[in-house]
Amino acid sequence: MLRYVYAQDLHTVPELAHSMFQDRADQFRDRLGWPVDVSDEGAERDSYDDLNPLYVIWEKPDGGHGGSMRFLPTTGPVMVNDVFGDMIGGGPIRSPLIWECTRFCLSRGADRRVAAALMLAGGEIMDRFRLTSFVGVFDARMVRVYRAIGASPEVLGSRGTGHDRISVGLWHQTPEARARVGARAGISDAQSAAWFARAFGGDTERDYALSA
Amino acid sequence: MLDQGSLNGILKDLETATALEGLQIATEALSAHFGVDHVVYHWVDSRGDQYGCGTYSEAWKKRYLDQNYLRVDPVIAGCYQRFHPVDWKQLDWTGKPARAFLAEAIAYGVGNQGYSVPVRGPVGQFALFTVSTNCSDDKWRAFTEDNSRDLILIAHYFNRKALAFEPDRSEEQAQALSPRETDAITLIALGYSRAQVAEALAISEHTLRVYIESARFKLGATNTTHAVARALSRGLIVV
Repeated sequence: MLRYVYAQDLHTVPELAHSMFQDRADQFRDRLGWPVDVSDEGAERDSYDDLNPLYVIWEKPDGGHGGSMRFLPTTGPVMVNDVFGDMIGGGPIRSPLIWECTRFCLSRGADRRVAAALMLAGGEIMDRFRLTSFVGVFDARMVRVYRAIGASPEVLGSRGTGHDRISVGLWHQTPEARARVGARAGISDAQSAAWFARAFGGDTERDYALSA
Repeated sequence: MLDQGSLNGILKDLETATALEGLQIATEALSAHFGVDHVVYHWVDSRGDQYGCGTYSEAWKKRYLDQNYLRVDPVIAGCYQRFHPVDWKQLDWTGKPARAFLAEAIAYGVGNQGYSVPVRGPVGQFALFTVSTNCSDDKWRAFTEDNSRDLILIAHYFNRKALAFEPDRSEEQAQALSPRETDAITLIALGYSRAQVAEALAISEHTLRVYIESARFKLGATNTTHAVARALSRGLIVV
């Protein structure tokens, strides 16, 4: 199932959190060879994890991490502005309506449906919190995965070669993409809404029930 | 549709305010503009200092502080150090202290509906911008659908202004436009359509929208016309 967890609440799901940071080490250090910091416990964390980001995590039936991504608003420090200014118009992108999505990670053996579920969650966040766009930093080879699940970003630029190749891109809100991604994930709108409500409260229906 | 002209005027007055009183005046003007009972800006920093302004009654403000409701208020618990906007209906009001607090808040005229936008500033600074009123769920849903994006932006403009008044802070650096944002706003000022601007800059209209959105935020505006006017008056673009 999809979990939405701020960093400050990760302690409530310790095993899920631990396996997420381990899987990030596995993906970004071991498989992609990115120069990331990994702790003695095998957890990959960077300075943005200290800024109380919002994580979207696919929790496997056994309680472990199946995939995840991380969100921060572009009003504060974000990777695209700190590192990739040249690809985003020569200066920082700042708006509370544009969030950054980074560390898109899939655990070993996770199938496409997990990637699609994460993108579905991204759409849910964009809808419910009235955002206009996400700006993302991702492994260039992810572009193929995003295309396969029907959620292609608009790539603004890439840097590096081979395994090190990193891209910056934008996602925008479109109802068609949302429907496509939901179908690929095999998750109904009602189920997605229920998971979202579990994290953020409120009614589980897309349209609020006429109550009170 | 609400009158954007008057909203622009309110935000301009807020931005040029030279004292904290300007924030108070802006909350009153906004509450009239949006037709809601209350507009409140509430600053809570990492040292536990509080500062607030807004349209709540003096009696409720005093009551809130006297009872230290910061510790009970589900809005604070649900928003603190987070960054997504919250409709009060989403919050957990089931606990006994929270229910008692809600009943009292309604008795003091806060309203049964609220929408709060958390704002995270530098070094642990945190603020909440809230609109609240008394109305049906249907009416409230329509109101937040129409206005939430403006409210999110306005919340940040309040905080930007409040930070500028901090004594031990150097004046907030003017929000410079990036080269691409400058290009985009300049072409719009020249009367180009969005499609024409996108074509001239060899970017998609979606990407253009990101640059315009970012420029709008830096300029303290809620719409593009207003953003262009501000960029011109500040000399950030020349046409």
